[in-house]
Amino acid sequence: MTIGWYLAVSALIFAIGAGGVLVRRNPLVVLLCLELMLNAANLALIGFSRMWGNGDGQVFALIVMVVAACEVTVGLGLIVAMHRRRLPIDVDEMRELQG
Amino acid sequence: MSAVIFFIAAIGAIAGAIGVIVLQNPFYSVLALVGHLISLAALFLLLRAEFVAAAQVVVYAGAVMVLYIFVVSYVGTDATPVGQSPGRAATLGAFACGAALVIELFIAVLGSGLQAIGTDGAPYKTGFGTPEAIGRLLLTRFLAPFEIASYLLLVAAIGAVTLARRRRGLDEGIEGDPPRISVMDLLRPRPLGTGTMAEAGGRVEVGEP
Repeated sequence: MTIGWYLAVSALIFAIGAGGVLVRRNPLVVLLCLELMLNAANLALIGFSRMWGNGDGQVFALIVMVVAACEVTVGLGLIVAMHRRRLPIDVDEMRELQG
Repeated sequence: MSAVIFFIAAIGAIAGAIGVIVLQNPFYSVLALVGHLISLAALFLLLRAEFVAAAQVVVYAGAVMVLYIFVVSYVGTDATPVGQSPGRAATLGAFACGAALVIELFIAVLGSGLQAIGTDGAPYKTGFGTPEAIGRLLLTRFLAPFEIASYLLLVAAIGAVTLARRRRGLDEGIEGDPPRISVMDLLRPRPLGTGTMAEAGGRVEVGEP
């Protein structure tokens, strides 16, 4: 399969993730949709790495995975803190910055 | 043969992605994401990124998803939205945004002047994408991003512990005194109901000792 097919799949997954961030209101699912978008970017990076035949894209895919792991830990920590303060688990209800 | 594997993995990845945003129960969304990640690892293998595919399955589909499962079962799957529903217009608007985004990306990527997009990529060199090659790159050319990534992980771990720590775990000291911790605290019997998940969730208040 040519590289273009991989890029097309990556674009589709990215758009699905972006639509999910817009539609869903549970912050857990919003985090999952962010994962989708990061993974789409990873697929494009690895496709381009294959296209040029050097490993730089793969290294950056690994770095993106690290950033995604950081985002997950902080995001899930926020959700646990919200749950503990008995705040509603809904991004539309989280409008104020004050605790 | 590779075309067959590509289409199976691509359909799996896209179906998993749709499952994440369509399923109402967050638990099933996480499971759909696991399927999506494994399909994506197959695509990575087809692109000869063996180490990244292995890391994807072990780190992502293994460790990160376990974290998600823990938080979903802690928060509860019945986290139904409390406010009024955004309505059909907002959903259609989001769908239109997604469609516009995909068309724009198709035009930007496939319509670009890159000649190699229509090919199978550069000729395969032995050792491309193996752990050895990636490790060599990480420790020579990309040493600075590697170190910064490790610091980022440290900062994120500390931040998560600070955000989610138990606020009322210790006895309040005398008025104004910070609570003191000593080794003897380990030997004291703990009050009923403390040190459990119920207390961590705020359902049980720590009683007076």
